[in-house]
Amino acid sequence: MSKERIKIAPEFFDIMPPEYQDLVTKATYGNEQRGWKDIGTSKELIEEHSLCAGCPESMAFRYILASLPNPEDTVMVGSTGCTSLVFPHVAIHNIHSLFGNQNAVASGLKRALMVRFPGRVKDVVVLAGDGATVDIGLDMTMQAWFRQEKFTTICFDNELYANTGGQESGLMQKGFVAKMAPVGKGFEKVRLPEIAREAGCHYIVNCTVSKPSLIEKVVKNAIYVARELGPTYLQLYTPCILEIGKNSMEGLQEMRDAEKPTERFAYKEYISEPAKQLLAEMAAKDKEKKAAAKQLASQGA
Amino acid sequence: MTQYRVLPGPEHFLPPSAASMGIKLPNPGEGHIHGVIVPEEQAMEEAARQFLMARVPTIFPGPLVLWAWNEKAAKKATAVRHLYETIKECVAPQQKPMLIPMPDYRPKYPKINPEVEINPNHPNLTIWHNKIDCCMFVGVHCHQANLSLKIIRGGTNCFTIAMCAQAGHEDAMLSFRDATPEKIMRLAEWVRKLKGSVKPPEVVSKKEKSAG
Repeated sequence: MSKERIKIAPEFFDIMPPEYQDLVTKATYGNEQRGWKDIGTSKELIEEHSLCAGCPESMAFRYILASLPNPEDTVMVGSTGCTSLVFPHVAIHNIHSLFGNQNAVASGLKRALMVRFPGRVKDVVVLAGDGATVDIGLDMTMQAWFRQEKFTTICFDNELYANTGGQESGLMQKGFVAKMAPVGKGFEKVRLPEIAREAGCHYIVNCTVSKPSLIEKVVKNAIYVARELGPTYLQLYTPCILEIGKNSMEGLQEMRDAEKPTERFAYKEYISEPAKQLLAEMAAKDKEKKAAAKQLASQGA
Repeated sequence: MTQYRVLPGPEHFLPPSAASMGIKLPNPGEGHIHGVIVPEEQAMEEAARQFLMARVPTIFPGPLVLWAWNEKAAKKATAVRHLYETIKECVAPQQKPMLIPMPDYRPKYPKINPEVEINPNHPNLTIWHNKIDCCMFVGVHCHQANLSLKIIRGGTNCFTIAMCAQAGHEDAMLSFRDATPEKIMRLAEWVRKLKGSVKPPEVVSKKEKSAG
């Protein structure tokens, strides 16, 4: 991994728009330690965004893009929804699939990449809303998990169909009244994390995006586990402030309220035994590496 | 043989694809002008003439030459820059050559800065903004070039040239095929050769313009 593959031809460097110049000089490609703390000090892989002011989804996008361990060799698969408005602005390969087909597309893509680039790590990450993941695309989502496809599925759960005006979704909480669901939801929120566990996912987390360090950790873990073992799933609460009647500044508080211990987005994780072992091994190696680096530094001093 | 000719527009909102109107692609060693197959040297001469006649002759390098993917791309980039510098040297002071990149194909809604870049999904914005009357696409993937060339033909009066590395473009008003760095350098030579023999556009003062 390095910036070698995104060099601007020297003859054209002066005419390239500044955001591209920044991308090749100040982005964190090739930095194994990249994470959310790079935000503000390096070029982000998202060029503005077209979401509403204060949208928690935009925070989630920034944290996730900053946390991908291998951005040059990552392909994201999106679906119809607010996320599809952002993908044209990101400096990561991405595919927009038909509504609900994202996990089927990602399955084929991951397999093709494994054949085409046998010696290289290529990560595939699905990022879709709750409508695409749970309602329209549930079949494709679950079939990919059953087949043990080696990629990560991230669901931005805003508990309704936001950009079409607030229709009821499977992940909406029971009794919730939305603009286009006036009688209130009649059944419980679909328990997709539990379904994911039963369907064979090795690493599952259900949380909000209020804590960037937590998002960095779970995104990295999910991708590392997916590379080696099989499907992983993250369900992240990204409330639609417009559809739940909040102001731009209230998204963060909404997430904090929703992650309290008794609430529906209280931190919940499931890690399979092989995944636990893998993560422990990786942590041990990381510790060794850091210790060796520390020793080397002290010897140098 | 078709009577349809690929001419500067504005043709109309959705111009037909030139291929659907019977325009054929040139064979190796050939080019086309307005859809008529001609020897490559003739196309070279005409392209050079169009650059020298235009008020704002412009080159739009695409991702295949803007980014240093490999040695071949790097050589092509050098040749394209050389062509631009040659045009700059050879035109009259009232002409304003431009080199505007098409870094990628993202739609970039809701904004694009037409002064610094061109986007294949709305190339007309850059052409209108800079009053470009002759442009050359080079290093743009064929499907995106076709899309752009059609939009330009539909909504502007810009003369379009395609320096295509594959089989050429029917939707351009003039197209080369099998572009190589050497071929681009040869076009630069043609520009230099025709310098002084082509009448540059007349200077129209603001007063004359407003008088109609």
